[in-house]
Amino acid sequence: MNKSDLIEALAFEKGLTYKKAEEIVNLIFQSMTDTLAEGGRIEIRGFGSMTVKSYKAYTGRNPKTGEAIEVKPKKLPFFKVGKGLRESINN
Amino acid sequence: MTKADLVERVYLKTGFSKKESAQIVEMVFDLMKSTLEKGEKIKLAGFGNFVVKNKATRKGRNPQTGDEIEICSRKILTFKPSQVLKSVINAQG
Repeated sequence: MNKSDLIEALAFEKGLTYKKAEEIVNLIFQSMTDTLAEGGRIEIRGFGSMTVKSYKAYTGRNPKTGEAIEVKPKKLPFFKVGKGLRESINN
Repeated sequence: MTKADLVERVYLKTGFSKKESAQIVEMVFDLMKSTLEKGEKIKLAGFGNFVVKNKATRKGRNPQTGDEIEICSRKILTFKPSQVLKSVINAQG
C-alpha cells in the first residue's frame, strides 16, 4: 500500500472525495513530521509511538575500501510498535 | 503529540466537526493497521515505510538464569524513515 492507496481507501470508507482525503492524509503525516522535527514525541494508541534519537559523532569505515570516515552527529526517527499491533501482526 | 492532537488539526483545517475528524483520523490508522496485519507493507512518500518482517526461530538465553530457550519465529514491524524525513529532522537545532 502506498500513500494514494491509503487516500483512496479513506475516501471510500468515509465517503469523501479523493482530494479531501488526500488533504487529510497529508495533514496527518505533515503534522507528525513537524512534531518530530521539533524533537517531540508522537503516541498513537493502538498503533505505536515515534521519538527522535540522537547519535554522537563516530569514526566509521567505508565498507568497500576500509577507509576511516568521520560520521557527524545525527538524529534519527525511531518507531516503536504498540502492544496491540505487535500482537495482531502475529495472528 | 497524540491522536487527539491530530484530530484537533484536522478539525481546525478541514471544516469537519470534531466527531467526524476523530472518526476520520481513527480510520486512517485502522486502515494502516489492517494492511500491516495482512503482512503488507505501507510506503508513504516523504515519510517512510512500515514493513512487516519475518523473524526465524533462534536460540536465546534467559539472561538471569542462563537457561537456553527457543525464541519462536514471529513477525515484527519495522519503520524505515524516508530520506526526506531524516533531513527534515536534522535540519533544525
